[in-house]
This record gives sequence, C-alpha cells and structure tokens, in this order.
Amino acid sequence: MGMTITEKILAAHAGKEKVKPGEIISARVDIALGNDVTAPIAIEEFRKAGGKKVFDRNKVILVPDHFTPNKDILSARQCQILRDFAKEQNLPYYFEQGEAGIEHALLPELGLVLPGDLVIGADSHTCTYGALGAFATGVGSTDLAYTMITGESWFRVPETIKFVYEGKLSPWVEGKDLILFTIGDIGVEGARYKAMEFTGEVIDNLPMSSRLTMANMAIEAGAKNGIFIPDKITKAYIDERKKREYTLYNSDPDADYIEVKRYDVSALEPQVAFPPLPSNVRPISKVGYIPIDQVVIGSCTNGRIEDLRTAARILKGRKVAPYIRLIIIPATPWTYRQALEEGLIQIFLDSKAVISPPTCGPCLGGHMGILAKGERAVATTNRNFVGRMGDPESEVYLANPAVAAASAILGRIGGPHEL
Amino acid sequence: MKFRGKVWKFGANIDTDGIIPARYLNTSDPNELAKHCMEDVDPDFPEKVKPGDIIVADRNFGCGSSREHAPLAIKAAGITCVIAKSFARIFYRNAFNTGLPIFESPELVDNVAQGEELEIDGTSGEIINLTRNKRFKANPIPPFMQELIACGGLMNYAQKKIKEGLTHE
Repeated sequence: MGMTITEKILAAHAGKEKVKPGEIISARVDIALGNDVTAPIAIEEFRKAGGKKVFDRNKVILVPDHFTPNKDILSARQCQILRDFAKEQNLPYYFEQGEAGIEHALLPELGLVLPGDLVIGADSHTCTYGALGAFATGVGSTDLAYTMITGESWFRVPETIKFVYEGKLSPWVEGKDLILFTIGDIGVEGARYKAMEFTGEVIDNLPMSSRLTMANMAIEAGAKNGIFIPDKITKAYIDERKKREYTLYNSDPDADYIEVKRYDVSALEPQVAFPPLPSNVRPISKVGYIPIDQVVIGSCTNGRIEDLRTAARILKGRKVAPYIRLIIIPATPWTYRQALEEGLIQIFLDSKAVISPPTCGPCLGGHMGILAKGERAVATTNRNFVGRMGDPESEVYLANPAVAAASAILGRIGGPHEL
Repeated sequence: MKFRGKVWKFGANIDTDGIIPARYLNTSDPNELAKHCMEDVDPDFPEKVKPGDIIVADRNFGCGSSREHAPLAIKAAGITCVIAKSFARIFYRNAFNTGLPIFESPELVDNVAQGEELEIDGTSGEIINLTRNKRFKANPIPPFMQELIACGGLMNYAQKKIKEGLTHE
C-alpha cells in the first residue's frame, strides 16, 4: 500500500520509512509560528520549562498581526512580549509592524514556507500552507513552546479524504466558493482530525491564490491539514521566492483514502455562508433579500493582491451604497504597495472604501471594523460564528471578494451579475 | 482523580469564540478570561458558574481557533472537566496540554440535563449521573495522552527532554 502526500511528509520528518493513519509520531518541525495572541503564552511556558534558547532561531517565526497596530494598552503589551523575545533570541524572522502583514499571507509571499515542509503554528489557519504542498497545522501555545524548546512536535497521523473537483469554473467563481461548497457538503466536523487532499482538473488549473484560500479554510471543516500536490503552478510560485531547497512529494496511486468525494463544479455559483457556521452555505441565487451594514475584504483567506484586483474590477467607477462601510485590508505591506502601484487603492478610495493597514483586525472582532448589535456584514474572511466580528447579535456572511464588492455597491448581499 | 459537580449543558459545535470571544484576547490572564467565559453563548454564565461545575456538550466542542485561552478560561471559571460527544482537534490537544480534563462519552451526553449532578472517575473513565443513578463509560484515552498526563502535561514532558540534553544550548 502506498502513502498519501501527508503521510510521506510526516514519515520523512519522523525519520521513518512509513507511517499509518492513527499512529502517533514525534516529528521534526521546519517552521514554528506564533502571533501576538498566542506567542505570549508560549513564551511564558518556554521560560517556565527552563527554556533558554529556541531550538533554531531561523525556524521560529513571530508575526504580530491580530491586534496590530496596537489596539490598546493590553495588546501593546502582548506585542512587546514578542518584540523583547525576538531581540533576546536574535530571531531573524520577527516582523515589526510595517514589515508584518497577516501571517499566513506573509510567509508564502516571502518564500519562508516551501513544499515538503512541516509547519506548526499557534494559529488555527496555519493549515493555509498546505497550498504549497507542505504539511501545516494549527496548534496551541503550549505546543508552540514545546517545539521552540525541542524542535519537534507530536502528531497523530491523520486519515486522508480526497476531494476531486471536475468541470470548469464559471466567471466570478474561485477557490473561496469551492471550499465553502465543500464545507457545506461535509459540515464543520466533516474532516475532523483528517487531512483534506484537493485534486482534480479544476485544481490543476487553479491559481495559487485560490489554493491558499482553500487550504486556509480546511480547519473550518475540522481538518488537521488541507493539502495540494505541488505542480508547475506551485513551482512557478515558489521558485521566484525560495531561499532554500525543497522537496516535492506526491501521493502514490495506491495510497489509502478513508473517503473520496467527487464534485462536478461546472454549474457552481458563488457561495455565501450564512451565520453562525461556515457550513451554512447557499448559492448566490438563493440568498434572497439581505440588507447589510458593512463589507470587509481582507484576511488570511482573501486579502491577497488577486483578491484586491477582483474587488477593484467590480468597484471601478462605482460607489459604495449610502450608509454602508466598505473596509479593504491589504494582507501584507507588499500587497498594499502593489495595490497602490496598480492603481487599485485609487479605485477603492474613489468608491468610498476605507483602506486599513495590514491586520487581522475585524476578522476576529479585534478592532478596525467592529459591528454593533443588529448589524450585518459580508466578509471575505473565514468564520461567521456568533459574535465573531463584534456584538453577539451582529451577523457575518462569508463570501468571495467579487460578491463582497458587489454587495457593498448594492447595499445588500448580491453578485457581480446584478450590477 | 475524581470530580463531582453540577452540569451546564450546551449544544453541538460550541466554537472557541463562544467559549472566549476574541475581543478579550488582548490579555492571557486566566482570571480576566474567566469573566467572559461562554458569554456569547449564555451571557450570564460567568455569573452563574460555581467552582466544581462541569460542562457537558454535544459534538465538536471547541471548534474554530487555536486559542489556548479557551481551556484556560474554562479552568479559571472553576469548571473541573468537560464531557462531550466529540472534541475539535486543536481544543483536544490544548486541553491535555493545559491540564483541563476532558472526556468523550456520547451516551452520557444523551442522558444528562442541565443542573443534574455527575461524578467522574478520571482514572477509570466511569461517569455516574447521580441524579438519575445511571453509569456510563468514557472513551479510553490514547496511551500517548496518558503518558502526557502521567508526566504532568506537555511542558513537564519537555523538561524531561531538556534534562536528556535536547536544548541545543
């Protein structure tokens, strides 16, 4: 019996020929990541356990991105803990605000995560890097502390569900819609403890930005990781960014899958996830009349330059509807600069959008766009739980950047075809 | 390790924003976090919960973010253990790592109501619904997790590794 790409990466990092689902292994970690919410606890645990130096200063990455620019005194203190630790440990990959962006957009952009890597991050959306053919999974702060000391982490080897997407995507349908549709089909615990392997002719032609969006939301189906087999699109993306060598893994033809799901997505419409779960999806044609108060375009899910280009195509020459706030958050400083150079920022300002500095901000209800009681937002983010973007009686609807931008113009949830 | 307490019952897919809303994550002080534990699910919970109480929930408890603040908030609110039909994977890891005892027992969850009293033997996994005088068994804890518990959590396990000379100093 062969192995899946997930099993191969785990086996290689555990120094084993072969691993099997259900087995518990200790594996070498290539990148260990923390942010201003999770790293302070990890640093405290690191010290309590008697940690003096991190296992490898080139492999511990700290990105203050959640409550930055510092929202208040408490969050300023959290960031200070990261900064002090980075100075003390002489970490080359601590990113100060101004260089920092949303961690899961920043690391791929800088070529810090490569195919074949094993990545743990004290942030659930660490699974984003599976788009690059890496094994990447979210863990807690104590797990991060353990890795900072030992360079290893323990894993239960997950079973893999293979997803095969066939057909041809319609205009304005992208990775966000594929993953929302998939979560809608299998549910928020449909892949609990498992690997999601994304394959098929649609995936073969899917740009890296959409792959990052899909892997990013694997956690919303409860998955341990989401992963793509690296191909020429991966190589083209990586080779202009890489700073070290990498290994391409593939799943064997006789690899064992716990389940194979096949979807013909030719008729797939843009999807909208209704509150309070990412699995509550409906196609845009079945949304009905839902007036809104705010639109957020950004986050580790959809804050990349491709997402801003899509939004700009819709917003160009149009104005945000009266009494609606449109908040656009370029995910990284590079994305911001690129949007400026391409004239996208001009288009956004002309349309009456607010441009935010790179931050996770409103996605987690942190700051920079919080909802009042009874308010409703369309967001390109990843979660629509109760109270996620503000008051427990506010609502978040998840959608792709084209639907989000169109909704800002319409003042209600709607698609680009209605403009 | 025995726990005895009154049940607070919750439904399926209680997410980490429900357990501790992200707006309070600008601190990791457990006592501050406890003041807001479960408040978006039940606004009065932080007021009503008493030391020794037990949370019982349906499937996929703790889904969503990786925040360790979730088990920390639950512990600091005085909850001694959580029983659910199933747990989301990061929450499951975090609970063991931070020393919050958790048990999977779908049968118990279907046979207990809010306010009833439970007794749990953490070693044998036996759960008694004292109100109904019924006994249940929690799913066995995997051997590796038992080893972590025996070491006193992940960081004690790490300290053992430091002593074995794996610190790269």
